[in-house]
Amino acid sequence: MTADANGLSLMRVSAERDRCVGSGQCALLSPEVFDQDADGLVTLLSEEPAEELREQVAQAADLCPSRSIRVHD
Amino acid sequence: MTQSADAVAGTEAPPVRFPLRRTCPFAEPPEYAGLRADAPVSRAALKVNGKPAWLVTRHEHVRQVLGDSRVSSNLKLPGYPHQFHIPEELLAQVRLMMLNMDPPEHTAHRRMLIPEFTARRVRELRPRIQQIVDEHVDAMLAAGGPVDLVTALALPVPSLVICELLGVPYEDHARFEEWSAALMNHDLSPQEYGAAVQALDTYLDQLVTLKENEPGDDLISRFLEKNRTEQVADHTDVVTMARLMLVGGHETTANMIALGVLALLEHPEQMAELRADPALLPNAVEELLRVFSISDAGTARVAVADIEVGDVTIRAGEGILALNNAADHDESVFPDPDTLDIHRKEARSHLAFGYGVHQCIGANLARAELEAVYGTLLRRVPGLRLAAPVEELRFKDDAMVYGVYELPVTW
Ligand code: HEM
Ligand code: SF4
Repeated sequence: MTADANGLSLMRVSAERDRCVGSGQCALLSPEVFDQDADGLVTLLSEEPAEELREQVAQAADLCPSRSIRVHD
Repeated sequence: MTQSADAVAGTEAPPVRFPLRRTCPFAEPPEYAGLRADAPVSRAALKVNGKPAWLVTRHEHVRQVLGDSRVSSNLKLPGYPHQFHIPEELLAQVRLMMLNMDPPEHTAHRRMLIPEFTARRVRELRPRIQQIVDEHVDAMLAAGGPVDLVTALALPVPSLVICELLGVPYEDHARFEEWSAALMNHDLSPQEYGAAVQALDTYLDQLVTLKENEPGDDLISRFLEKNRTEQVADHTDVVTMARLMLVGGHETTANMIALGVLALLEHPEQMAELRADPALLPNAVEELLRVFSISDAGTARVAVADIEVGDVTIRAGEGILALNNAADHDESVFPDPDTLDIHRKEARSHLAFGYGVHQCIGANLARAELEAVYGTLLRRVPGLRLAAPVEELRFKDDAMVYGVYELPVTW
């Protein structure tokens, strides 16, 4: 677990481009964190998104049809 | 020796015959709830040919099956659960659409197309989609009610969107729309239907040839350009891909337009809420996609190795219908599943666009079209109402994709 200056736990996100099928569910749901590159595959705009995005990011991970997104606490 | 399932079948209730009918247009077939509870992975016999297939009805299991690399989408494999009769000779020669390919062939084709459907690309298409919708609503209002919303709006909007995506020249739009609408017209004679299929196929073939010679700013031209280096497709594959865009994106979106409008008209309080607060629209679209899950059995597979689903072992070679409508009414994920609730917070978890590597590539485009149509009708036609009793509407009970044949409305 990582922690920021205030001792709050940070969420870390990873996305596996090789597994991605480019459905764009993540980019639609959480555009601050996920984008699609020129090939239409997932790319992260932020690897440590703000805490208030946790629910959104968790939902994106759950909805990803290729299970390419992981949230590490 | 343990007996095979077939040997004891005589002592049990006869297997379910698939497809099952929706008795209420807003609910799943009534048998699904019992299957989810008592036999979530169960044997069925296909009505079309009497062959067996597994019905998978729980949300968790449908996701598991569609996410498993040991299932195939290849409709040429023996055991694939066909729902329409396709003569063997024909099946042997059909060119597989991406929809029916497996990785790695599927991956190569899909990656050629993904950039056309990104969230950003769809955002860029929104103004043009809005324009198309507005033009059709203008025409509808000018003609005056009652009109059939299916022919006035539901069919032409997605047809034109696909037309422009593929780069059909403007002067051909009317013909393209006519043929693509004919493919959804179940009142045509087999001859008329066959003629429309033929005309459209010939047209798409010529269109691809045109793009090979005179590339434009469109999906087919970009596909051909990329293909020059990647070499994944030949001419016939490109024609087949163009047809898949139409098959995959026309009737589906058209049916969701008509059914969604009907559902809103039948839930006037929720319709009023949506009109007052358009920010609710995206979630309402998800909820409408969920309740109807119109392509219920579109997520058909065949096992290529033995797989465990729940308590059942599905053997290699056996057909599987991972029913997304059943999954989308799973009470463990969607409480009170038969109730339309535009505020439902788990609405997005629906599987109406499938799941896994084949999840609908046009999903975000379809969402944008549905938002544009519902939003525009709410805003511009506040007095919209049905011009015929719901009981008289004819629903597509036997079709692969659920819908309503006509939707007479006035205002
Ligand atoms: C509300 C409208 C729509 C619904 C309900 C729908 C439903 C589906 C479903 C369930 C699948 C997965 C099939 C499977 O797993 O075997 C799928 C795949 C597909 N859809 Fe859609 N679709 C819609 C709109 C569109 C649009 C607008 C387009 C394109 C313009 C499109 C093109 C495709 C294609 C090409 C595939 C195959 C993807 C692949 O094999 O990787 N669909 N659709
Ligand atoms: S939701 Fe998953 S498959 Fe779709 S674009 Fe994002 S990472 Fe890729």
